[in-house]
Amino acid sequence: MADEKKQNPLEKIANSQVWKSIFRTGIPVTRRQRMMAILNNVFLHLHPVRLPKHAVKIKYTWCMGGLSFFLFLVLTISGILLMFYYRPTVEYAYTDIIDLTEQVPLGVMREIHRWGAHAMVIAVWLHMFRVFMTGSYKPPREFNWSVGVLLMVITMFLSFTGYLLPWDQLAIWAVTVGTNMARAHPFIGHEGPGASLLAIGDINLVHAGSDIRFALLGGRFVGEATLLRFYVLHCIGVPFIAMILMAVHFWRVRKDGGISGPL
Amino acid sequence: MIDIIKHFINVISNPTISFTLLTVLAPLLFPPTDWFEKYHFKFGFNRLWKKEGAYFMFSCITLFLIAGYTDEFAIKILTKPDNIPIVLMFYLIPLTLWLAMNQAYNNDERLARGEAPLEQNDPKDKVLVWPDLVYIELICLLLFMVFLIVWSVYIGAPLEEPANPAATPNPSKAPWYFLGLQEMLVYFDPWIAGIIFPIFIMGGLMAIPYIDTNKKGQGYYSFKERRIAIFIFMYGWLALWVYLIIVGTFFRGPNWNFYGPFELWDAHKVEALSNVNLSEYLWVKAWNQGLPENILAREFLGFVVVILYFVVPPAILAKTYLKEFYLKIGSTRYSTIMFFGLAMLSLPIKMYLRWTINLKYIIAIPEWFFNI
Repeated sequence: MADEKKQNPLEKIANSQVWKSIFRTGIPVTRRQRMMAILNNVFLHLHPVRLPKHAVKIKYTWCMGGLSFFLFLVLTISGILLMFYYRPTVEYAYTDIIDLTEQVPLGVMREIHRWGAHAMVIAVWLHMFRVFMTGSYKPPREFNWSVGVLLMVITMFLSFTGYLLPWDQLAIWAVTVGTNMARAHPFIGHEGPGASLLAIGDINLVHAGSDIRFALLGGRFVGEATLLRFYVLHCIGVPFIAMILMAVHFWRVRKDGGISGPL
Repeated sequence: MIDIIKHFINVISNPTISFTLLTVLAPLLFPPTDWFEKYHFKFGFNRLWKKEGAYFMFSCITLFLIAGYTDEFAIKILTKPDNIPIVLMFYLIPLTLWLAMNQAYNNDERLARGEAPLEQNDPKDKVLVWPDLVYIELICLLLFMVFLIVWSVYIGAPLEEPANPAATPNPSKAPWYFLGLQEMLVYFDPWIAGIIFPIFIMGGLMAIPYIDTNKKGQGYYSFKERRIAIFIFMYGWLALWVYLIIVGTFFRGPNWNFYGPFELWDAHKVEALSNVNLSEYLWVKAWNQGLPENILAREFLGFVVVILYFVVPPAILAKTYLKEFYLKIGSTRYSTIMFFGLAMLSLPIKMYLRWTINLKYIIAIPEWFFNI
C-alpha cells in the first residue's frame, strides 16, 4: 500500500506485530483508540476513561495524591537498591551508609530515598489538606477518607522506622525519644497508668522487660535487636500493610464516585 | 535596625506571644461566625486570599529566610540537614493554604451570585484521560523526579557521628514530623502527649466525615458554606500541628528551653521552673494544710474539674446556644464532636494554665503514672 511507505520509523515500530501484541490498540489517534488505551492497560485502567474537566487541573488537585503514590514507588525502587548494600547490624550499619555515598556507583540513592521520604510525608499531609478543603470526605467517600488517615499514619511510621537505619546519633536518639512514649502507654507500657493493675498477686505482668516498648525495641533500649526489628518493619512489614490499604484506597476512589468533584 | 527587627522576632516567637497571636488571628482569618466575618472584612484579612495576599506572604517568608541565612545563629538551624523539609514547608504550607482559600473565595462569590462552583461537573463536557490526564501525570512526575534528583545531588542526606548510647545529645529531638507531639510533652505527660493525643488525632480525623453532616461544599473549594468545620480544621492543622512542629524545630534548644530564631543556643540559659499541681494549690496554698495521705482525697478536685470539663459545657450548650444543632445531629454525633473538640481545646487550655498560674498537673498521681 502507498500509505505504508510514508510511515516514519516510530510508526513502523508501533505498527509491528510485536508492539501490537503488547499494546493492542495501536497509536491512540481516534477517540475509540484513546478510550481503549486506558481500558486495555492494567496500570492505566486505574483511571476512568473520561474525567470532568476540573479534575485534571493542577490548581484543583495539586497532584498531591498522585505524587504520594509516585514517591512510594520511587522509595520502593531506591529502597531495594539500598538493600543490596546495607546490613542491619550495629557493626556494619553506619559504615555501610557511608559506603553508599562514597563507594557505590550512583551514590545518590540514599539521598533520593531520604529526601523522597520527607517529601512523601509532606505530600501526604497536603493531599489530606486538599481533600478536606474540597469537602471530598463527605458521603459517599467517608470510608475512603478513613483509609486515607490510616495511610497517613502508616507513612509517618514508615518514615520513623527508616529513621533508625543509618545508626548515627540522629537516628538512635530520635528513635529513643519516639519510642520512649511507648513506655507510658496506658496498661501495656510499664510506666503507663493502669499498668500496675495488670498483676497476679505480687507479680507484675507489665514491666520494663515485657511491655509494649520492649516488644517494639526487642530490648530495654535501642540496640541491635531494635535495628533488626525496625529494618524488617521498614522493608517488609509496614510497606505490606501500606500496599493493601493503598489498593483499597485507589479502588474506593473509583467506586465512591470517582475523582473528587461535585456529584 | 536589622538587629532591632531580629530582636523583635525573637521576642514574639516565644510561644506565650506567638501562640496567642495565632489563636487571636485564627477566627479573623477563617471567620466561623458572622461577627468575626464582619471584622474579617473590616480589617481586610480577605485580601490575604487574593493575589496581593500571596505576594505579601511570599515576601514575608523570603525576607525571614534571607534574614535567617545571614544570621550566625539562625543559619545553624536552617541548614541542619534534617530541618530542610521544614524550610520547604515554609513555602508549601502558605502556598497550599492560599490556593485553597483563593479558590474557595472565588467559588463563594459564584455561589452568592447563584452560579455553580467552578468545578461544576458537566456530564457533556468531559475530557479523555488519554491524553489529557496521562500527559499531565507524566510531566508532573518527570518534573518532580528532576527536582528530587537535583535536591539529592546538591544536599547530602543527614548523617551525624556513629550512634553512641553513652552520649545523649542536648536537645534530643524526635523526627521533625513528630516534633509537634514532642512539644506537647512540655504541657502533658508522655501517656497523653505521646499516646492518647495521637490516638485522638487519628480518631478525630477519621470521625470527621461521620460527624460533619453538612452536605454542602462537597467536591469543590468553598468556605462560607462550611466555615465552622474549616475553622476548626485550620486551627488544628495550623496552630496545633504545623505551628508546634515549627516551635519544636526552631525554637527549642538545649534542655528544651525556648530560644528565638536569631538567638544563640546557650546551654546555660536558666529557666525558672516552679510549677505547682492543682492539689497543692488547693490543700497547701488555699487551705493551708499538708497534702492528705489518701491519693483520691488529695486529687479529688482534679477529678472533679476534668469530669466537669467534659460534661458540663456540652450539656449547657445542648440546652442553649447549640440547641438546634443538637436536635439536628442527634446525641451520638453531638457527644463525639464535643468530646474530640474539648480534647483538642484542652491543649491550649493547659498551655495557658502553665503560662499564667504555673500549673503543672490538674490531676497528679505519679504513684500510678496518672498525671493530667
